[in-house]
Amino acid sequence: MQATIPDRKRVLDALLTAATRPLAQAYEALSATMPQALPVRGPEIGMVMLRGRIGGGGQPFNLGEATVTRATVRLESGEIGHAVLLGRDMEKARMVAHLDALAQRDDWRATVETRFVAPALEAEAEERRRQVEEVEATRVDFFTMVRGED
Amino acid sequence: MYVAVKGGEKAIENAHALMADRRRGDRSVPALGIEQIASQLSLAVDRVMAEGSLYDPELAAMAVRQARGDLIEAIFLLRAYRTTLSRFGNAKPLDTNAMRIERRVSATFKDIPGGQLLGPTFDYTHRLIDPAMAGDVSVAEPLRREREDDTACPRVTDILDGQGLIEPDVPGDAEPADLTRSATAYPVERDLRLQALARGDEGFLLALGYSTQRGYGRTHPFVGEIRIGMVDVEIDVPELGFAVRAGSVRVTECQMVSQFKGGKGGGPDGEPRFTRGYGLVFGQSERKAMAVSLVDRALRADEFGEQRNAPAQDEEFVLEHCDNVQATGFVEHLKLPHYVDFQAELDLLRTLRREANEHATREAAE
Amino acid sequence: MQANTYAAAYEGGFESPVFGAQAVFRSVMDAMARPGTIVDLAQPVSAPAPLETAAAAFLAALADYDSPVWFEVEDAEAASAWVEFQTGAPVIADPQQAAFAVLAKGSAVTDWRRFSIGTSSYPDASATLLLPVEALEGGVELILTGPGIETQARIAPRGLPEGFVAAMQANAALYPLGLDILLVCGSRVSALPRTTRLTEV
Repeated sequence: MQATIPDRKRVLDALLTAATRPLAQAYEALSATMPQALPVRGPEIGMVMLRGRIGGGGQPFNLGEATVTRATVRLESGEIGHAVLLGRDMEKARMVAHLDALAQRDDWRATVETRFVAPALEAEAEERRRQVEEVEATRVDFFTMVRGED
Repeated sequence: MYVAVKGGEKAIENAHALMADRRRGDRSVPALGIEQIASQLSLAVDRVMAEGSLYDPELAAMAVRQARGDLIEAIFLLRAYRTTLSRFGNAKPLDTNAMRIERRVSATFKDIPGGQLLGPTFDYTHRLIDPAMAGDVSVAEPLRREREDDTACPRVTDILDGQGLIEPDVPGDAEPADLTRSATAYPVERDLRLQALARGDEGFLLALGYSTQRGYGRTHPFVGEIRIGMVDVEIDVPELGFAVRAGSVRVTECQMVSQFKGGKGGGPDGEPRFTRGYGLVFGQSERKAMAVSLVDRALRADEFGEQRNAPAQDEEFVLEHCDNVQATGFVEHLKLPHYVDFQAELDLLRTLRREANEHATREAAE
Repeated sequence: MQANTYAAAYEGGFESPVFGAQAVFRSVMDAMARPGTIVDLAQPVSAPAPLETAAAAFLAALADYDSPVWFEVEDAEAASAWVEFQTGAPVIADPQQAAFAVLAKGSAVTDWRRFSIGTSSYPDASATLLLPVEALEGGVELILTGPGIETQARIAPRGLPEGFVAAMQANAALYPLGLDILLVCGSRVSALPRTTRLTEV
């Protein structure tokens, strides 16, 4: 069964932005059992142009570039995996491309989900909550002074 | 005129070795790590990324270290590095409305949906050097507070826009100009100006923004909103047929609410409404974002039928001089050997003097 | 559909992108510097039709995000996907915007005015045409003169389009504007930059 686009995007979004260390540890633990990834393109480092919008919501303008690393791999069984992530972590790009390819296989989809995607999303949610709460503690609570007259 | 001068190789080699020694300094002091620079001098790193026009905190930290803290030199290094990379494509425009906010303040409204969030700011500090900075005093974990409502933080300008009191954003998806790809021909549009300002020198833009406040192109500005935080970067992958979230970047956005205008530059019926200046820059840098938004508004003089008579309103002057890598290149090249030019000048001067002397002698004789 | 179009795109790039691109760049530079010589790009690159080996190697080395590619043949979907994946260059529909144009065999020279010849400020903003020919040798001899040629050089390609010599003469007259042309056959190329003047024997 071909993975549908929202599924594949969800997997990629979670893995591309996951913290490298736990991802690499989980990968390391399973790599001996994984069908091998054959390199197709990269990993290679380049740039993408980041854009803003004039006024925040208007016409696009070029803000400046960011480094990105991309990789494409193939499994013996034919599935192609892609990754493109900010920064210059070639090994992470290769791992994510490999996992993207594995997630297309019925025998690996569940493992990729439980061992990689779910923990990454969980860690991200926790990290975001921490950020939000730390910033929330700096929120200004205005007290309105009631004046004497009616 | 330039002339090849030989004989400096050994001196150059030794000078570089000496520079490396001085950069390292006292060997009994631990060397600076890239992670230390990226995390503890993060605002310097942010500035290098913004003006180097390349988002990569690790590289920018390396550049800061290599440049011994000379940020313009570090910016130069980052710019040089980016020329070695090929461009894979364009990201989708950043959605600053969906920013994960780390700081957000408005000077126009006290009560804004989502609240005023001070975040990690220098504001309200006493600007007294803290003796604790001399040592390694342990720092407490920041306090946390649960966010009660899940109120979104709409941009303040969108709130005003909803009431028709301010010029609206003009949505669209036109392909923006890119000053790194084609030579600039004046006049230019606002997209290209915002690109140039985003990578422009903070000091130069700060001075220009300041000049508008002092009357050289006054725009009567209020900070509608400043927001700092992380924004997701979505990149289309043609092979996949959809965009993926490739990471996130920290940016600072400033919405300056400026001088209201009627007639040309006013509402649909020429009714008066506020105009806007906009600034978006890499990293946490509200001084830079504010300066950009002031200069952006000043550069829109023609749009609003304003007289252009101040430096900050002169598009070519601002854009041609805001890039500190260009500026430092041209200023600093003066220290390179100009032996032959100078000989020519000397010759000319001597000839002029001789001729003047001869003329005076002749006149005296007559 | 998307998956099928892309399947072939993943195959046939340089084995070593850096060294492959450097070798091809050097060969193409030599060919351009010495118009009329035949240079073998000698890279095991393969791409879907209509891209011949040399055209594929040329694009793999020189095309990138900033250099749009245009195909004259209409059913070049697989080749387009190959170019986009292997080089990052956009494949476009408007020939005026093309940096590199992959022509069809026997392309009509009258259509070449659609390509950009550059501007007097930026003569480099012009198109390079990749023209497939039946053979680079064994055809009617043509005499080449101009920069990079000591006295004169000769080429004798087979399968040139009708009106080719007149078109090349008109192109040379545009200098410093104009098109640069690469004759392509198999893995070999022969360059006719805009500086080269072409006459019949």
